Amino acid sequence: MTYLAKPKLHHPELPRNKLGFTHRDYEGTVSTLCAGCGHDSISAAVIQAFYELDIAPHRVAKLSGIGCSSKTPTYFLGSSHGFNSVHGRMPSVLTGANLANRDLIYLGVSGDGDSASIGLGQFAHSMRRGVNMVYIVENNGVYGLTKGQFSATADKGSKSKRGVINSDEPIDMVMLALQLGATLVARSFSGDKTQLIPIIKAAVQHPGAAFIDVISPCVAFNNHAGSTKSYDFVREHNEAVNRLDFMPMHSEITTDYAPGSVQEVMQHDGSVLRLRKVRDDYDASDRIGAMNYLQQRHAEGEIVTGLLYVHADPLDMHAALNTIESPLNQLGEKELVPGAAALEKFNAMLR
Amino acid sequence: MKPTTSPLQRVNDFVVKFANVNGSGSASANLLFAKAILRMGVPVAPRNIFPSNIQGLPTWFEVRINERGWRGRRGGIDLMVAMNPQTWDEDLKEIEPGGYLFYDSTKPLPASKFRDDITVVGIPLTGICNREYTDARQRQLFKNIIYVGALSALLEIEPEVIAELIGEQYKGKEALLKPNVQAMQMGRNHALNNLDCPLGIRVRRANAVGERIFIEGNSAAALGAVYGGATVAAWYPITPSSSLAEAFTRHCKRYRTDPATGKARYAIIQAEDELSSIGIVMGAAWNGARAFTCTSGPGISLMQEFIGLGYFAEVPAVIFDVQRGSPSTGMPTRTQQADIVSCAYASHGDTKHVLLFPEDPKEAFEFSALSFDLADRLQTPIFVMLDLDIGMQDWLCDPLTWDDKRHLDRGKVMTYEMLEAGKDFGRYLDVDGDGIPYRTYPGTHPTRGSYFTRGSTKDRYARYTEDGATYVDNVQRLLRKFETAKQLVPAPVRRNAAQPTRFGAIYFGSTAPAMDETLASLAATGIHIDTLRIRAFPFHDSVTDFIAAHDQVFVVEQNRDAQLRSLLVNELVIDPARLIPVLHYDGTPITARFIGSEIAEKLAMFNVTPLRKVAP
Repeated sequence: MTYLAKPKLHHPELPRNKLGFTHRDYEGTVSTLCAGCGHDSISAAVIQAFYELDIAPHRVAKLSGIGCSSKTPTYFLGSSHGFNSVHGRMPSVLTGANLANRDLIYLGVSGDGDSASIGLGQFAHSMRRGVNMVYIVENNGVYGLTKGQFSATADKGSKSKRGVINSDEPIDMVMLALQLGATLVARSFSGDKTQLIPIIKAAVQHPGAAFIDVISPCVAFNNHAGSTKSYDFVREHNEAVNRLDFMPMHSEITTDYAPGSVQEVMQHDGSVLRLRKVRDDYDASDRIGAMNYLQQRHAEGEIVTGLLYVHADPLDMHAALNTIESPLNQLGEKELVPGAAALEKFNAMLR
Repeated sequence: MKPTTSPLQRVNDFVVKFANVNGSGSASANLLFAKAILRMGVPVAPRNIFPSNIQGLPTWFEVRINERGWRGRRGGIDLMVAMNPQTWDEDLKEIEPGGYLFYDSTKPLPASKFRDDITVVGIPLTGICNREYTDARQRQLFKNIIYVGALSALLEIEPEVIAELIGEQYKGKEALLKPNVQAMQMGRNHALNNLDCPLGIRVRRANAVGERIFIEGNSAAALGAVYGGATVAAWYPITPSSSLAEAFTRHCKRYRTDPATGKARYAIIQAEDELSSIGIVMGAAWNGARAFTCTSGPGISLMQEFIGLGYFAEVPAVIFDVQRGSPSTGMPTRTQQADIVSCAYASHGDTKHVLLFPEDPKEAFEFSALSFDLADRLQTPIFVMLDLDIGMQDWLCDPLTWDDKRHLDRGKVMTYEMLEAGKDFGRYLDVDGDGIPYRTYPGTHPTRGSYFTRGSTKDRYARYTEDGATYVDNVQRLLRKFETAKQLVPAPVRRNAAQPTRFGAIYFGSTAPAMDETLASLAATGIHIDTLRIRAFPFHDSVTDFIAAHDQVFVVEQNRDAQLRSLLVNELVIDPARLIPVLHYDGTPITARFIGSEIAEKLAMFNVTPLRKVAP
């Protein structure tokens, strides 16, 4: 149960990161999801990513909508403020939170029902605005909490647990994010943490709208033969275009790479995304190329994963609004209230 | 032709209505007319009656000129400036017997198109324009200025004042200034040379305006948001609230641009819809910024789910509802007070919300600034209930004032220092007995004070639960908080009649000016009524006292279903028979004539005989 906190017993010799936090400091309460749920693997990846990035948990705000995926923010980063908002409306709440304080890290967690159906509009507009955030969709193609209805990301022809064939076209969140102007777009698989953790780290460091679609099988309602979101299907059809090594600022290069096998993307803050190419012809800085490639592979029934697109120097919503550097929620009366003298002048203009 | 009824003779007390075609450029000429009278020290109450349209449909501009300063709509027209053939017949019917008609006489009209009990004044406006101008657009635009010039002669408006206003309007655009002044003079000279000037109704310089300012409620409310410390605004365009967001943008550019960097100390988002607007507001307010949205009835409907979250999760937010004629699309460019119940109980489940009812732009400014303090103090959504009449019309009102000693009340916020000192933090823990818990802003402390905000049931320490007793404990506290709100919101304003009376009247918002006038005219006829102007919901205890102190209380409002009355009956457990509804809901602003005659008629049933007949 979510109100049962994990016991606070820490092993005295647990390794600590640069801030002195242990892995446990990035955990939340005990998950109430089904055993084997892909979402729990994603939570574990989030915990690992923030631990490795040496980010103090309280500098993160985690926001979600409604659904199984949206429950997960209680299972990680227990010292962060969280907001389990309204179904499909996490993007607007996150946008507002970001406007109020641009200094925190915003992690939006959503699902395919939350983001591709009821919240498709808000998803789209938060991408358009370039909200500086990490937006994770835990994508299982099914409504879990209401017991197994198809979601809008379910593939056409995919079979439900009850044997119904889905006849509607699927919404590909990655294609939408690319088209709508997200500046970091990735797809991963909850069963592949070595791929997912560096992608989350890159997304956290990315100063713009970062979108990660994580295929996350639903063991209760969508893990059977005939489903295109089952563990077996995704493992068989996963086509990773690259493997990401996330290099923090000024870190030394310690790995040898074969020449031509690496694409480096220097980030605005000096950190480097080093993409080990699995597909030689894939260029993660080419947005239109990425969209074409995804379309082609999709037509062949493959699920393309990896860091699919990244813009090295994006402008976020605050840049567009030209907001002041200091967070708006920290401005005082002096900066906000024009005062009586200004009001008298204002009155004088209206006579 | 001499009219059958003797022409009205009135100085500084008459109503002029301009009937125009939307998009013909008449609005600025008509406003010029109103402002010129104001500059002569005579109060005006102008009202733009406009269609949901950009070009082509009929539009009217009604100006009440009144030295006593009555700001309500009077009803009836003394001078009709009939510039729209489409609405000619209807417009003519509105003229009071003995009134005046001003029209474009270029094309002769049959006698059947006129009335014999009014004075008809014709000027060949189109003819003059066709003679003087070659450009089609100029012909149209200058026609408006020409009739203003002609009216200045007919009504004795000082031409120097009009020229001065044109000068202010076209400052720096001298190329436009001169032809406008010339057009005005041309109209004026034509009237002086060809017509009997002045008419029986006329303007005389007075000293009845004083320091008062001329401002729209939406602009005043937006400025109140600047003074109230709002930094985040999210909105979706909807009449009649859009100009509030636009005014906030203007005011922020002026007052909130960081002088050193030129950067904005505010963020304004035109969202994709009202759901997103309120979501952005919730997120920003949750994160410690003062945030608002502005909308109208349909937007309130769309925001319901979030408003419930704001109530239940206790997120401060300010919502300006500039009410219009509804339901559905209703009358989007007309005024009503018809969102009272939908705002008071917005959302599914058991909810109650704080509503503020400003009476005019000045109070819109004050209540707007106050609403942000109330939102933070009470940690709940606050509704500022404007309407189209207050929001989109220019009102003459007292200058806006601000006390520099006043501080923003950020409410109960637990700081890093308090958490560090080991203060017990329970997000929904009622530590002071007022129902209001402490909150923390995200990012305050590395290990203490974080909590999870959710719409589902939680205990005093914000932990998820489905336990019934815990749910009840929480929602009972919300009721205590609502009780606390009673003492914090603006108290009602009571006005006692000159003589003791068994009758009272309750009213609110934009009904106020018409009510002021009604009381004066009723008192003059010997009918005395105590009044209470309600300024907020939840109702102050004095509302119950007021009703108890009178046998019958009229509840005057601008909706069909007597919504405020329902709220009074429901919340204060009042016998409905004590509260007599007086309802006006055709989309036009309520008038003193209407209220006066309704009250007099209803009083007659209680055998209250006025000393004299009620003046129309």
